Amino acid sequence: MSSDQPFITDESRVVTETRDARMTGQGDRFNSRLREAFGSSPFILTKFDKFLNWCRGSSMFMLQFGIACCSIEMMHTYAVKHDLDRFGSGVPRASPRQADVMIVPGTIVSKFAPRMKRVYDQMPEPKFVVGMGSCTISGGPFQEGYNVIKGAEEVIPIDIHVPGCPPRPEALVYGVVKLQERVANGEAAPVTVKPYELEQFSDLEKDELVEKLTDQIDEDELVMRYNFADSP
Amino acid sequence: MSLEAPDTPETDAVTEHDPEELAALLGDLVVGRDDHLNAPGFVIRPDTVQETLSILKEQAGYDHLSVVSAQEYENRYESIYHLKKFDDPTQEVSVVVPADKDSPVSESAEPVFRTADWHEREAYDLIGIEYDDHPDLRRILLPETWQGHPLSMDYDKDQPQIASLPSHVNPIQEHHMDDESDTMFLNIGPHHPATHGVLHLKTVLDGEQVVDVESDIGYLHRCEEQMAQNGTYRHQIMPYPDRWDYISAGLLNEWAYARAAEDLADIEVPEYAQVIRTMGAEMCRIAAHMLALATFALDVNGDFTATFMYAINDRERVQNLLEDLTGQRLMFNYFRLGGVVWDLPEPREEFFSKTRDFLDQLPGSVEEYHNLITSNEIFQMRTIDTGILPPEVAKDYGATGPVARGSGVDYDLRRDDPYGYYDELDWDVITEDGCDNYSRLLVRMQEVEESAKIIGQCIDLLEDWPEEERNIQANVPRTLKPDDDTEIYRAVEAAKGELGIYMRADGTDKPARFKIRSPCFSNLQTLPEMANGEYIPDVIAALGSLDIVLGEVDR
Repeated sequence: MSSDQPFITDESRVVTETRDARMTGQGDRFNSRLREAFGSSPFILTKFDKFLNWCRGSSMFMLQFGIACCSIEMMHTYAVKHDLDRFGSGVPRASPRQADVMIVPGTIVSKFAPRMKRVYDQMPEPKFVVGMGSCTISGGPFQEGYNVIKGAEEVIPIDIHVPGCPPRPEALVYGVVKLQERVANGEAAPVTVKPYELEQFSDLEKDELVEKLTDQIDEDELVMRYNFADSP
Repeated sequence: MSLEAPDTPETDAVTEHDPEELAALLGDLVVGRDDHLNAPGFVIRPDTVQETLSILKEQAGYDHLSVVSAQEYENRYESIYHLKKFDDPTQEVSVVVPADKDSPVSESAEPVFRTADWHEREAYDLIGIEYDDHPDLRRILLPETWQGHPLSMDYDKDQPQIASLPSHVNPIQEHHMDDESDTMFLNIGPHHPATHGVLHLKTVLDGEQVVDVESDIGYLHRCEEQMAQNGTYRHQIMPYPDRWDYISAGLLNEWAYARAAEDLADIEVPEYAQVIRTMGAEMCRIAAHMLALATFALDVNGDFTATFMYAINDRERVQNLLEDLTGQRLMFNYFRLGGVVWDLPEPREEFFSKTRDFLDQLPGSVEEYHNLITSNEIFQMRTIDTGILPPEVAKDYGATGPVARGSGVDYDLRRDDPYGYYDELDWDVITEDGCDNYSRLLVRMQEVEESAKIIGQCIDLLEDWPEEERNIQANVPRTLKPDDDTEIYRAVEAAKGELGIYMRADGTDKPARFKIRSPCFSNLQTLPEMANGEYIPDVIAALGSLDIVLGEVDR
């Protein structure tokens, strides 16, 4: 701004012009390629979100998380031949605090569900979960088991289910790419109340079972209560 | 039989005991007989377990407690101790210990066989039998707060349960074992890259040295025994063995069930099917050992390194062959009682040439691994003379497979208790005397080459097999109902060691009790012996060299 011109005081004019230009698409400086890519919505925040989502979907850090049989196929998906890294999502991180995506590869049993919930809670937002294999859908072949949680979705929200026992690496790749699409589109798993939550032992309803365990479990200890009769 | 003659003279000198001799040896201790299909069974009183087992161990040479299988009957509880000899596993004896229905208490065998510790804890956990004189009778597979014993008769499957998360206390809290030492408690797992799945190690450290390590298992206890008890013999059980040891050892596991069930129902398997089984099983062994090698290199050498990728690449090659053969990459479900489900893939020549190609490039790969890791100085520093497991300790814990053979225990069921087509083929049992992490790795790498030898011979046999004699399945009735109250324990040499099945038939088409003797369960028990007094990295190396699969440890 040159010094001989007076400072524009009529702010409303500037704002209106800018907004009009944006809405009607006039003025070359708003018709960049970036703008074409992101559409003509006037809110810069939306575009930034979209940009971020695109970034997120294109570079996902997986949690190195092996549970059961499916983790063997998961390792094959990471390693040579299938090489998940081709799709920008193949860097397994050993710590949940560095990971965006958790692949749940296997059967969840009563003893492990609280730990899995813990690991999920330790991941920073935004976080996504791929349920790998039939066990994470319904308990799979072990659904009848006295100790088996009927699907990982009882404990944590799942974005993508990959069926199979175990799914082939190609299927997992497809699932991960689908997740990337969803992430890039800004979709995530709907927030639902999970049947099984980590709770403080003292917060549980004082029923017969809780009374019985009072001398075994500390009051402030985290517990998970399973109602197997209500499970599908 | 073209195997080399055993070079240890005492193998020949293993004296056989007929049941009457053993009964005379035990004298008044025996209160009855309950013979199993595989072995004579002596019923004893529940307070004479230690006495009986030590007589059998010291005086009759039964030095291998394979498994303790417990069950509940209408009128009693029962623990069965399946004993064998390391020198000749075909000599077996079962010690049957009935316990009172109202208060099932039985004497612990732990002072005689160390391995009984975990086996009895499992029996307590799942069945509810209590063992007197047991050092540490706690639940082992289920959460400690679990209500009821799930494989007992009056268990209510629908009752609510509470599992706690005690490890949310500071994982590196101060911990004092006694007044003088200043020790620290460290949790490793259950989610940790070096624990090969969901194993939880509670370690107590003094500085950087491990004072005590306790494995906390059960994070993958998915009721395999219950699943098998709910399935019919003929078809419904066979898919599950694939999921015990899921590191591609599917066919080896299936064989364990097939062998036990075929002996139980008296089914003869055609020779052609036996050759296919032998070939498929050895392919699985190569795949399993490749992953053992890959993850061991990963544990010892660091992140996703070249060795890991190379070994996975070789696994992919085997898996392609197995996929051609069975139609599946990992969960094969290929065996049937009395044979296999289908013949070799057509065109057969293509399958043979693919397999030969694989066998031809394998020695080169093994050479490459030797260049990459076993001759690597840093790798040697990490593995030689660490994780020492003396042979007597290995035997006491019932360790089998490459873990025992790495300690110089010459025990391989493929040779010692022949099944399939192994005794017609030319191959060697590999043993190493180093007793350390390095030896266990060497055993696995050499076993890969032996397996390749076996596959090569099987391919030659299959290629020349006359077309009209290609019988892949015996004629097995649609519904199998073995006789009431017949019991059997049969084992095969799986990738990790002796994988055995105990089954009791009750006249229906489903087993009344199905017990899995998992080699990893016994092998993992040796970890404190290897790790105590060593450094933290040695614990990781020892755990890697044990090559456990949690699916098989927890079942």
